[in-house]
Amino acid sequence: MSASLLLDLASSASLLVGSLFVLSGGIGLLRFPDFYTRIHAAGLTDSAGAGLILLGLLLQTPGWETAVRLVLIVLFMLLTGPTSTHVLAQAAGRDGVRVWRAGEPRR
Amino acid sequence: MLVAATAAVLVTMVLTLVRAVLGPRLYNRILAINMFGTKTVLFVALAGFLADRPDFLDIGLLYALVNFVATIAVLRLTHEDDPLLEGEREAR
Amino acid sequence: MSMFVLMNLTLFGILAATAVTISRLRALYEATMLTALFSLVSASLFVLMDAVDVAFTEAAVGVGISTVLFLGVLALTRSREDVTPRIRQWPARVVVLLAGGMLVYASQDLPRFEGATTPVQVHPVTDVYLRESQDDIGVPNTVTSVLASYRAHDTLGELVVIFTAGVAVLLLLASSPGPGRREEGEGPAELVLADYRVLRVISKLLLPFILLFAFYVLFHGEYGPGGGFQAGVIFAAGFVLYGLVFGVDGARRVLPRPLAWAMIPLGILLYVVLGLAGMLLGGEFLDFQGLRPGDPQAGQHLGILLVETSVGITVAGVMVAVFFSFASRRAAR
Repeated sequence: MSASLLLDLASSASLLVGSLFVLSGGIGLLRFPDFYTRIHAAGLTDSAGAGLILLGLLLQTPGWETAVRLVLIVLFMLLTGPTSTHVLAQAAGRDGVRVWRAGEPRR
Repeated sequence: MLVAATAAVLVTMVLTLVRAVLGPRLYNRILAINMFGTKTVLFVALAGFLADRPDFLDIGLLYALVNFVATIAVLRLTHEDDPLLEGEREAR
Repeated sequence: MSMFVLMNLTLFGILAATAVTISRLRALYEATMLTALFSLVSASLFVLMDAVDVAFTEAAVGVGISTVLFLGVLALTRSREDVTPRIRQWPARVVVLLAGGMLVYASQDLPRFEGATTPVQVHPVTDVYLRESQDDIGVPNTVTSVLASYRAHDTLGELVVIFTAGVAVLLLLASSPGPGRREEGEGPAELVLADYRVLRVISKLLLPFILLFAFYVLFHGEYGPGGGFQAGVIFAAGFVLYGLVFGVDGARRVLPRPLAWAMIPLGILLYVVLGLAGMLLGGEFLDFQGLRPGDPQAGQHLGILLVETSVGITVAGVMVAVFFSFASRRAAR
């Protein structure tokens, strides 16, 4: 097994798993019953899904300029994604959005 | 596989849009649009690789940035004259 | 159906659905967020059409600056729209149908997308700009060479338009406080609660990189998507972020108001001086070849760089000044 074939396989696997995370996050955004649970879904896509897809692209890059840019995008999203959801949850908590308990209707 | 990933990202963008339209109040919509922004970053990166134009990654980096700024902006500028700001001034 | 057509159809579908939702929503904060989504989808469509500079600008301005300014305005007024009475809805519908119908009818006459006989492919001007620009100027990004060198006059005009808009906004908003209004400088207060510590740390960490990214876009605009306008907007977006997290006073400590206001005419002055320098060195107004005697290509490079820098300075100054004047007003309640 040559190195390039191994890289191709790893890249495809990473893209596939990343796409699954992204899709499940999207479905979760619709199916979860409450705002705070939906933040879980969104946070999942932003970190795991985006990271894996960009990792899969990184394994396929032809040159180092695109590789550096991809790494920068991953770093930026890792820094700002959790911050956005954190601030969103804090703001919603202060604004009075109540946490859902089992048995309540969907919100 | 790139095509499959792009299709998955597009489908997720549509799902996110549904939540942005439905979301009962403001916060669900902010969340949905924030997520839409990150999906756009992924879409642009994948489209760049599909079309063999790696310049698109600069645009992806920009989208990630403005997505973050827009989310913070809407959170800061919707808390107008509610108890939150009074609490901030007292906490100094 | 090819992948390209499917992607376009999906994005256009999202665009249409978003537009319908925006027009029906009466909660204006949500509608503003959806306009940000609209701009993101438009930018994706531009990316698909291979118009990367336009996509860059659309994302930076439409999502970054426009959304923030709309939100700043909504913070000053009510945030729910009144119900339009029925009697006014019908003329509006008729006008929209007529205008939209005319546009659709006119679009039938446009040349086919990707056709081989469209004017873009056939007309000799295309060859002139695409090929001769390599001989004259030698930068890979033809958009930059056209904007900053071949059509530099036009870009000067656009810059003056931005300058005028900025000055007009400042004349309206930065006036002295009237009776009953609080004074300037009482914009979003600094987020000092411990809960927002993460945001404060991350914003302080990111600001230098955002500004560095703006400079990168400025200097790299000759080789990839970018240029002066986008760089100015990104620069402003960095200060907008800082101002949102640390309050207008915090941001003013970093970029004082006189400096922001001085940047606005500085770019235009630089541009005009550059043009006059071209004249003094023996060429015409805005002729860059004389800037480096003996090497016209290097002269063009230098000229393009200075043009982009001056555009960036004015645009950054205008956006920052406009944002701070919006953010530091509070309506009397």
